[in-house]
Amino acid sequence: MSCIDIKRRDFLKTSVGAAAVAIAPGMLLFDMAHGKSEPVSGKVRWGMLIDTANCADGCDDCVTACNKENGLSGGLTATDSQWIRKVELKDMRTGRELALPMMCQHCEHPPCVDVCPTGASFKRADGIVLVDKHLCIGCRYCMMACPYKARSFVHEPLHDQNPDVPRGKGTVESCTMCVHRVDNGQQPACAEACPNKSILFGDLNDPESEISKKIRTVASTQVRADLGLNTGVRYQGL
Amino acid sequence: MATNFSTKLRSPLYYALLSLAGLIVLMGLYAVHLMEDHGHIITGMNNQIVWGVPHIFAIFLVISASGVLNVSSIGSVFNKPAYKARAPLAGLLSIAMLAGGLTVLMLDLGRPDRIIVAATYYNPTSVFAWNILLYSGMFAAVALYLWTMMEKRMYPWSKPAGFLVFIWRFVLTTGTGVIFSFLVARQAYGTAILPPMFIVISFAWGMAVFHVVQSAIYAWNMKTLDEYVQKRMRNLMGVFVIAALYFVATYHLTNLYFAKQTEFEKFILVDGGVYPLLFWVGYFIVGNLLPLLLIYHPAFGSTKNVILASLLIILGGFSLLYVLIIGGQAFPLSIFPGFEVYSTFGDGAIGSYTPSMPEILLGLGGVGISFLISAIGIRVLDFVPREIPKTR
Repeated sequence: MSCIDIKRRDFLKTSVGAAAVAIAPGMLLFDMAHGKSEPVSGKVRWGMLIDTANCADGCDDCVTACNKENGLSGGLTATDSQWIRKVELKDMRTGRELALPMMCQHCEHPPCVDVCPTGASFKRADGIVLVDKHLCIGCRYCMMACPYKARSFVHEPLHDQNPDVPRGKGTVESCTMCVHRVDNGQQPACAEACPNKSILFGDLNDPESEISKKIRTVASTQVRADLGLNTGVRYQGL
Repeated sequence: MATNFSTKLRSPLYYALLSLAGLIVLMGLYAVHLMEDHGHIITGMNNQIVWGVPHIFAIFLVISASGVLNVSSIGSVFNKPAYKARAPLAGLLSIAMLAGGLTVLMLDLGRPDRIIVAATYYNPTSVFAWNILLYSGMFAAVALYLWTMMEKRMYPWSKPAGFLVFIWRFVLTTGTGVIFSFLVARQAYGTAILPPMFIVISFAWGMAVFHVVQSAIYAWNMKTLDEYVQKRMRNLMGVFVIAALYFVATYHLTNLYFAKQTEFEKFILVDGGVYPLLFWVGYFIVGNLLPLLLIYHPAFGSTKNVILASLLIILGGFSLLYVLIIGGQAFPLSIFPGFEVYSTFGDGAIGSYTPSMPEILLGLGGVGISFLISAIGIRVLDFVPREIPKTR
């Protein structure tokens, strides 16, 4: 074998090795960035059952957990984003008082999705209602249409965002049901944080899931059920 | 008259007015730059009052853009020569106001840089998306109509083109009303009366704008409007104002009859602070009673009074839109009927809103754009109505 052939062989070996070293981390990151490759299943419908009787007065652990998980400031002015809030209720006739957490109700027929001109508001096959931050033009029509006041508009430039939860100035946002956690097999942050386990998260379509079993046995209501939106979030004791 | 006309239009005053309008447009654009830079935090809008003063200006301009075409519709579709002579001017004003209104609407977006997304991603269930087609179609239809009226060879097509515009403007104003009537959960909206109400309101406001512009052009050219034409157009405006008031009254009376709506009506008509004030003083007295008096009382009815009536109708229009758009959002959503509600996100509370300078400048910028397009259009093309005296 001539000297040139050996050099050529060495050169090829080194090149292939270098190329592998150069591309491999990229491929790995690409895979990580794209997460799971299989699409979301329509057989699943994620939902929540919130037991208002167990929702402690003055406790806002779910709100704090949501803010931390999603990188929200926690500010309470009229221009701050609040994806989940504690609502205090008093029945005007009987005087009965209760409190509950309120967020995007992840409707089966979401008015926000109907009215969005660009399709930025969308519902995933598994029932989670989201805003595509790349398509939202910031018209706020979804905020006008939402019966639950669930959406916030980003009024100011943002800093220190959570990489898992991209947000954007001039776009609309709301509770994502912690989709980034759910896709990794975890619970939404609020459900996990509730000290009394008042927020039960699960698959409404699976008759064997804990949430389905409980919904079969206890009386639960949908907020503004008269609108016929079939919400994914249900309340017990309302 | 022709020489007088051209010398007048070239006069320094004309250019001063153009410059002023240009300055207002520039200030509007600067406001947009500020809003882009700082975000909507520098406006009065927030998470409860999500649409503010820019939307009032935009909707007023868009509705009036449709209404001003009354003049051309009556001319082309219903064959009234006195109106036909004014149809090109009405077409120009329509395009000008549509352009002004849409610019405001577009530049108020959270991401105006993404306007191309609105054209490339289309959600067929969204009335906003329908309106994108309706508005651009309106430009095309009115431009076509103007062409058939201003190009001799196209004259035979002017009637069908006028008919197309006649239908299109009804659909367009319906589309604008439907933006609100499709909002199922808001107590102020979500009713099918809004689209027809918007149509009739557009007649009144469009006529008022047309009167103001026509009077300005005639005064500028030292021409006198034919008495007969003036009387016809004045009375027509009066009828439209009454019809619009009828729709507004029906809307509120229907709400008052529904127990679930009485709290909202009490807020808008009685104890809501600025909103009842604007409704009763701004809309009812200034926008209806006084103009109707100026139009129909035998002691008035002169050209000056008609201009004054028109200006009052426009003021009343802005008041009504403020009450409908801002007041409608300020009243809290009924999420838990039967409960007293409190939260950190304004549940159960009246929303507060103070318009800020940038959003007012943006709205005025839209009016400036409409003025520039009209003033330049009238200057360079033949839009001044040719008088055909004593026509029917």
